[in-house]
Amino acid sequence: MARLIIDKDTCTGCESCIPACPFGALSMKEGIAVVDEKCTFCGACVDVCPVSAITLEKEEKAVTIDISAYKDVWIFIEHESGKVGSVSFELLGEGRKLADAIGCKLCGMLLGDKEAVDKFAREAIAHGAEKVYVMESPLLKEYRTDPYAKAAVDLIRKYKPEIVLFGATTQGRDFAGTVATTIEAGLTADCTGLDIEPETKYLKQTRPAFGGNIMATILDYPNYRPQMSTVRPKVFAMPQRDDSRKGEVLRETLQMTEDQIRTKVVEFIKGAEAVNLADAEIIVSGGRGMGGPENFKVIRELAGVLGAAVGASRAAVDSGWIPYEHQVGQTGRTVRPKIYIACGISGSIQHQAGMKTSDIIVAINKDSEAPIFKIAAYGIVGDLFTVVPMLTQEFKKRLGR
Amino acid sequence: MKIAVCIKQVPDTTDVKIDPKTNTLIREGVASITNPFDEYAVEEALLIKEKHGGEVHVISMGPPQAIEVLKNALAVGADKVYLVSDRAFAGADTLATAYTVAKTIQAVVGDVDLVICGKQAIDGDTAQVGPGIATRLGIPQLTYVSKVKEIDPAKKKIVVERLLENGREIVESSLPALLTVVKDINEPRLPSLLGIKKAAKAQIPTLTAKDVGADENRIGLKGSPTWVMRVFSPEARGGGGEVLKGELPEVVPLLVNKLMDTKFIK
Repeated sequence: MARLIIDKDTCTGCESCIPACPFGALSMKEGIAVVDEKCTFCGACVDVCPVSAITLEKEEKAVTIDISAYKDVWIFIEHESGKVGSVSFELLGEGRKLADAIGCKLCGMLLGDKEAVDKFAREAIAHGAEKVYVMESPLLKEYRTDPYAKAAVDLIRKYKPEIVLFGATTQGRDFAGTVATTIEAGLTADCTGLDIEPETKYLKQTRPAFGGNIMATILDYPNYRPQMSTVRPKVFAMPQRDDSRKGEVLRETLQMTEDQIRTKVVEFIKGAEAVNLADAEIIVSGGRGMGGPENFKVIRELAGVLGAAVGASRAAVDSGWIPYEHQVGQTGRTVRPKIYIACGISGSIQHQAGMKTSDIIVAINKDSEAPIFKIAAYGIVGDLFTVVPMLTQEFKKRLGR
Repeated sequence: MKIAVCIKQVPDTTDVKIDPKTNTLIREGVASITNPFDEYAVEEALLIKEKHGGEVHVISMGPPQAIEVLKNALAVGADKVYLVSDRAFAGADTLATAYTVAKTIQAVVGDVDLVICGKQAIDGDTAQVGPGIATRLGIPQLTYVSKVKEIDPAKKKIVVERLLENGREIVESSLPALLTVVKDINEPRLPSLLGIKKAAKAQIPTLTAKDVGADENRIGLKGSPTWVMRVFSPEARGGGGEVLKGELPEVVPLLVNKLMDTKFIK
């Protein structure tokens, strides 16, 4: 077991460590810092102690697996409704850097029926995969946890990748957890940064926690391979598509029958919106300032002109003005568009948790003191019912729509 | 229906503030609450019990003070609650946590018909423990559930609606199964006065790693493939931004200019 040791003689009682603890596990007792059972051994306090009074003692684990058997960087090529998810291409772009840094191959992992794998293997290669590991079966036509997890587990066990990256989408997050548990490997959720140590091949996975208020860099112990992460869409740039690229396709067949699959998709009801929040490059959101359901019309008009998705704050959703699937924030969706236009949204810490990594935030609010202005690139203090229609008209004019 | 619900105590981020000077989290006076998504999980279990009969067992893994969230679950109507708490669990990542919780379900509830979890916890935001528990228990998982449409306890069948990025999926599954639920699924009830009184007096059983039969090599830091190398504050967003000043007929075209210049508007 690990231990956090605070040297009583060295500790000066400066209290620097107390706010640094994300878990509130440190307090002062008789002028020196003490740690309680909330400690998770994250080590955040070790770095901030100005007198190095805190040490983290961890039990060294003997490496019992043959790490050299694991090679290559794999990207899960997610697809749905006949289209590859753009996050898979973004990951091929980022995966290229990781593969180059450790001198290995960049590979795709593609699961689907014949039609899908034929088409998407070529797309994966065009976006940089040198090799695509394919599991083909009619059972993989649409995403279901059981056959997808079995397919991925079988491929990973047989070919032993060093790293496997999944998009942090509902699909990726649904089944990566199953895959990681089955093979008993580490899985770091919802990463926004990846880096690799060329010598050790350790993957440094950086992710936000506490609603984005702190960042943590996570590593896998060398006893567990592959190193796996789900990665947030729209964090990494889309690589250039080049259809002249050549690559190898390795096909396997799924050893499973329909009666072994415990779920069945009965129906898919497509959302009513033309643009969904996860894919949107631009989002126009309304909050408490909307005042009522009918007023979302002004938001929809601006969104329509910009080809944007419609978002909402929790206040608007909880008031019943707009359905939950529009909610952005801690108890809704996390989005990362290029432009986020917040109308009548004060910008609570919970709302910010869902949108503050947007490239450009625009705030329109009557209250000049609203916290949203602190994170906005541009703001207009004014009544949204005046400002938003004016914006719509002006964009219409510029875009000729 | 034997239903197990897994809940977590988390810091209430409503109270979390960032120190503007050091850009670190100010945690002083931050209250602990039940993870919001888990309240929907408890409520859904109670609704299912009301319709189909059965028992609702609520489990929380955490430090001793996590007993508070279990008292809340008792106050709204859970039949039994259990805290699984042991110093040996410290440093557990999602793999070790899912193992511990699955072992606890097996030890205290036994054969379950349904396990319900929140979609994710608002502190770690991983959404990995639910699928991990399902895998450990060898039962199917239905994640991002926004509606339980139908349960047939006799035929051991459940039909749910899942909220995906671009629509809703209706899925049928065999029981037992594990659900992770989103906010849309219900409106959690408030505790009754009687419930609060009952919960205040209740003795909550606390189980250790040994009590649930957990293998010491699979729990806590020892059973975790991942470890936190560094924790730091995110880069602050560049400055307070620019509030465009002037009359609206000038300011609006100015904003449009700035946004058109980004080339993101096509």
